[in-house]
Amino acid sequence: MAENKGILVFGEIAEGEFPSITTELLGCGRKLADELKEDLSCLLASDAVGDLSKEAIAFGADKVYTVEDATLKRYEADCYMQVADQVIEQVSPRVVLLGNTPMGADLAPRLAFRLRTGLSTDCLELSIDPETKQLMQTSSVYGGNAQAIFTAEAVPQIATTRVKAMSPIERDESRKGEAIPVKVTVDMSKVKTKVVEIIKEEVTGVKLEDAAVIVCGGRGCGGTDPYNTTLKELADVLKGAVGASRPPCDNGWVPEAMHIGLTGKIVAPDIYFAIAISGASQHMSGCSGSKNIIAINKDPEANIFKQAHFGVVGKFEDVVPALTTKLKELLAR
Amino acid sequence: MPINMIVCCKQVPDPEAPPASFKVAGDKMTVPPDVKPVVSPYDENAVEAALRIKDTLGGKITVISLGNNLTRDVIKKPLSVGGDELILLEDAAFEEGDSWATANALAAAIKKVGEYDLIFCGRQSADWNAGQVGLGIAEILGIPAVSVVRKVEVVDGKAKVERAVSDGYEVVEVELPALLTITSELGDLRYAALKGIMAAAKKQPIVWKPADIGLEPSQVGAAGRSVKLAKLFQPVRETKCEIIEADTPAEAGANLAVKLREAKIL
Repeated sequence: MAENKGILVFGEIAEGEFPSITTELLGCGRKLADELKEDLSCLLASDAVGDLSKEAIAFGADKVYTVEDATLKRYEADCYMQVADQVIEQVSPRVVLLGNTPMGADLAPRLAFRLRTGLSTDCLELSIDPETKQLMQTSSVYGGNAQAIFTAEAVPQIATTRVKAMSPIERDESRKGEAIPVKVTVDMSKVKTKVVEIIKEEVTGVKLEDAAVIVCGGRGCGGTDPYNTTLKELADVLKGAVGASRPPCDNGWVPEAMHIGLTGKIVAPDIYFAIAISGASQHMSGCSGSKNIIAINKDPEANIFKQAHFGVVGKFEDVVPALTTKLKELLAR
Repeated sequence: MPINMIVCCKQVPDPEAPPASFKVAGDKMTVPPDVKPVVSPYDENAVEAALRIKDTLGGKITVISLGNNLTRDVIKKPLSVGGDELILLEDAAFEEGDSWATANALAAAIKKVGEYDLIFCGRQSADWNAGQVGLGIAEILGIPAVSVVRKVEVVDGKAKVERAVSDGYEVVEVELPALLTITSELGDLRYAALKGIMAAAKKQPIVWKPADIGLEPSQVGAAGRSVKLAKLFQPVRETKCEIIEADTPAEAGANLAVKLREAKIL
């Protein structure tokens, strides 16, 4: 087998476009490839890849391997594994990067175990050890209470990156690269799962991932009502979105699509209102990238005040309506 | 049709403990004695998933836990709610393993158990958060797997499950035997009845050492790792929080609005 070289990014495609994770992975991959002075490749699998190979090049890829097959329209593990297997065999990369997303978090462990190699998931930072050329993989562990740096000797070294943890490079259409179509035959006898229905539960209004302002409520909100009234009124004044920590979702007060945290959505808005949220590390993992965190909590000892920039100690039922009214007045001037 | 089920459960320090109680010493995480060990929360959801199948179709639930010096009261919890048998992979050699070493040992134990239709794991552990072991076991056993499952039914000899994704969920049919990793939306583990607690107290777990599952000590725990832990640390986060004060909470809320405006944040 040829020597393992270069970085291979497993790009994601959603409705014919790159979700932000793909350009983040390319940005991170570009940095690592430059440190190694090796190539950055990108694998794009779909029923139709279209012009996206050009996009991948504009965002930093040297080579784009495109695999088109009707079975690849949506992520299905047993189909995508066959693609990943065959392309990795052909490309023989040193490092494989995926997103810590419903697709990457599902595919990467299968791949690592199939290839008998090491994997670190949900990485916040990746770099190359100049001496060993090994990938230094920084992950958050213990629900965000600590971080660990992992290394592995076996190749390819596989890592998934946390959404929004890596930065894309600036899009540059003049970048040169090569698109290489790869023919992969998906053996349907190896596909043991079948998606029979897809249910969308997306909340209406501003999407959490895109919102510049997020009003997030915690266990202390006590039920569904505040999410539709107190919190929503504040969010509406600021054209923001309403989110929740894990307990409100597990209790069924709000849909899981509103969950912000380690196992929910990762957000990084300009302004994050944490309302009746204690500030557990698992929750902070999902919002610590926010520019300004504003905490409202009746418990002055709540951990959230250690991570917030501004805070009010008081019951949210008293504080938030007054805040909303005053903001409305100030913004109207 | 009674279903043979296996659930993998891990003992971890209570992840709900205050963040300040987690302290790195050397390259190990330590917690004070008042932070009690618990069954990792997503593994509890996995036990609940198995119990719901047993409620409707009947069957047997075998729980497997890996570690060393496991606290009996904690690790027996699945037995107190309706689990039938508990196997402990318990030995000093199992300590400090990574996802590979853990999944490899659990898969070897599952092979020894032999009969299974469904294997349940939590979507990720509350300590290392890696989310690899379940999918890894499936890969080693060569069986299909669905991750991040929020609902499970067995219909016509297949599992019909809901897999949570960012904008909703997918309904997936999977052939048996299969492995499922379970997420919290499935629901909390039921409370144990007194009768269950008494029965669990009497039941003795089966303890297997590496040799009992056909593995050398060099293949398990720290010696069997594929990923090296180079460093464990706690980044210092220092945010200065400006507390807005006033005579009443409502006034403080209004003052906060003024402050955010002045600071040009809004």
